[in-house]
Amino acid sequence: MVERGRAIYGVNCQFCHGSDARGGEGGPNLIRAEIVLKDQDGELIGPVIQNGRVDQGMPKFPMSNAQVADIAAFIHSFRVAGYDNSRMKPPTILVGDRTAGEAYFKIKCASCHSATGDLKGIGARFTDPRALQQTFLMPGGRGGGSVPPTTVTVTLGSDQKIEGRLVRIDDFIVTLTDSEGTQRTFRRDGDKPHVEIHEPLQPHKDLLGVYSDKDIHNLTAYLVTVK
Amino acid sequence: MKNLLASFYAFATIAMAQGPLDPSLLTKPLSDSWPTYSGDYSGRRYSSLTQINQSNVKNLTLGWVSRVSNGPSSFGRGGAPTITGGVATTDSSEAGGGGGTSIRASILEVNGILYFSTPDNAWAMDARDGHQLWHYYWRTRGGTHIGNRGLGMWGNWLYMETPDDYLVCLDAKTGKERWHKEIADFNLQYFSTMAPIVIGNHILVGTGDDLDEPGFLQSFDPETGDLQWKWYSVPTKKDDPAFATWGDLDTAKHGGGNVWIPGAYDPETHLYIVGTGNPSPAYMDSPGRKGDNLYTCSIVAINVDTGKIAWHYQTSPHDTHDWDSTETPILIDGQFNGKPRKMVLHASRNGYYFTLDRITGEHLVTSKYSDTVNWAKGLNKDGQPMRDPEKDSTVPGALVSPNNGGATNWPPPAYSPDTGLFYVPTNDSYAMYYLTETDPRGAMGLGGKDELSVGSLGAYLTAIDYKTGKIAWRHRYPGTGGNLGNGILTTAGKLLFAGDLSGNLVAYDPANGNILWHTRLGNVSNAPETYLLDGHQYILIAAGDTLYTFTLY
Repeated sequence: MVERGRAIYGVNCQFCHGSDARGGEGGPNLIRAEIVLKDQDGELIGPVIQNGRVDQGMPKFPMSNAQVADIAAFIHSFRVAGYDNSRMKPPTILVGDRTAGEAYFKIKCASCHSATGDLKGIGARFTDPRALQQTFLMPGGRGGGSVPPTTVTVTLGSDQKIEGRLVRIDDFIVTLTDSEGTQRTFRRDGDKPHVEIHEPLQPHKDLLGVYSDKDIHNLTAYLVTVK
Repeated sequence: MKNLLASFYAFATIAMAQGPLDPSLLTKPLSDSWPTYSGDYSGRRYSSLTQINQSNVKNLTLGWVSRVSNGPSSFGRGGAPTITGGVATTDSSEAGGGGGTSIRASILEVNGILYFSTPDNAWAMDARDGHQLWHYYWRTRGGTHIGNRGLGMWGNWLYMETPDDYLVCLDAKTGKERWHKEIADFNLQYFSTMAPIVIGNHILVGTGDDLDEPGFLQSFDPETGDLQWKWYSVPTKKDDPAFATWGDLDTAKHGGGNVWIPGAYDPETHLYIVGTGNPSPAYMDSPGRKGDNLYTCSIVAINVDTGKIAWHYQTSPHDTHDWDSTETPILIDGQFNGKPRKMVLHASRNGYYFTLDRITGEHLVTSKYSDTVNWAKGLNKDGQPMRDPEKDSTVPGALVSPNNGGATNWPPPAYSPDTGLFYVPTNDSYAMYYLTETDPRGAMGLGGKDELSVGSLGAYLTAIDYKTGKIAWRHRYPGTGGNLGNGILTTAGKLLFAGDLSGNLVAYDPANGNILWHTRLGNVSNAPETYLLDGHQYILIAAGDTLYTFTLY
């Protein structure tokens, strides 16, 4: 039925309303049109097709009710939702300048990273440049990448310092996992005990307010070439 | 006056038992009861109660705990009867309905009874010990079940919006349904979450929509549920003055601007002052959206008697990031430039704070309250942030602050006349905005882009001086993540209550943010409230499916 509808739609409707029913030469977007959203199987669309809306430029089409139902089935085959996932395949994001990206890398990244060391082959590890871009912006997010843990130092006395992986912290409690794998929780009263958090991603966070979008795109253009 | 006083005392003597809401409570400063979404019409969430105060808050202790569960069955739920309504023939919420009960609503406290809601569910509960009196369950047709912001009350009747677009009127005494009315077209992808606001004989109702349908605010008759007026937030005709701010009428009529969080009300001017949502399509600068796109992302003043707009101020002209301006505006009387002035205070999701004149809508102050916000090229002569088109969603990606969730969002802010400060939860966040739809006809609704979070540089409880827009103090939540708090209460006991990001309910000194008391509940899910009953003040808070009160003995 959808296939029959697609054929009839293609011949009669597509020019004005678009092959995806989202509007074309003069015809409005049908998918979000009130009549289409309320229609079940052609009962509302039918009269518009069969009688036309001549004053608004919509001619009438002498179609049978069965043909109308086929067209309705085709139009209703498009998913309707505010979050439109049907068009999530982006064009390539590689628009930057590789040379400028390499120069930027040397200034801002090379104190921690090396294209021949820890990042060797990074361009080959990612098939999607967008995932690579997300990963250097903030490793461990949706782009992937491994991140060293956030650690914390709790100073109990003048010389008693306890270190470990940060589990959680709020204004009243800090919990860490120590080197033996034991979770330890300390009550906090203001700055007692003194708590210091070591955030391995801090340099990445600090850069967020520094780079321009052009810097980011240049870096991506460079990093995809680091094989 | 004598008659008024007499009726007030008569009311006071029967106030010990369950009974109708005295409408005069709504225009008085917030005190013993909590009869509407924000406590009173001003939106300040400032209670005049002082029994719990800075000197004794450290002795605050548990009053009671009460847990509820969504769904059609009353089995194992404290014996309160469940009354089922709804128009669906099959129950589409049955599968997951009981699992994720999360109370994110404002809770009414009237004559010793609490009334509250989650999507499809409403409860009445004894405010003294938390035992359930009744539970109402609406069998849904579906729709977005993102939340329900609370109930409205008029006399002995309660009003609830359902996700599948009905306004349901319930008997407050029994939970039995009186009527239900369809308030928006379910097929057009509308869904309804707002707490109805009762003003005189008007029930004000808003709806949401994530497709390209127009936003509106409606007023219904409290007795019959008949429509009194309907105000559209986008132009529906070419002779609408707002049409000049759009590229073409078809886009304007599909332009969004939904009204999904309650506003505040000024009884002197009869103006209901409310924020509107984003234009649609949300992320596309399509030709049809050429212009400022009124009245999306705006603070608007609507006359409740006529449904006509009196003034507007747009906080995000031509928004391209789905940054609604829906946070409840706060109405205050105060000094400005040495003169008394009636004002509106509002923090938008886009990272900017505004002080306006509430009689005329005249702009007084704009400030940026999030350090990281980077999407605007400065302010225009009217104090509006000017969008930088380079920070729209782009194919190679634009690094933008805030993220789509916003520098703040809908959770209730508060104001204290003791400090002159406006309080709001904030987040300094970044995201990459990628354009995925390059079709010049544009995407629909929230489609056409992919937003990938990059992280937060810090989340805060922020106090802003309304006279200057400057941050007076802010408390940074420890840790390296970022999120947004769920709303704020201030009291004349010189206290500020708010949930933090780690599941603690915390009392702060509103003058400086110093912490005075806390307790860990695990998951604070709404804004704290307070009421006074039998001579005792209670602090009321929801944590997921559980209500807690705290009091002094």
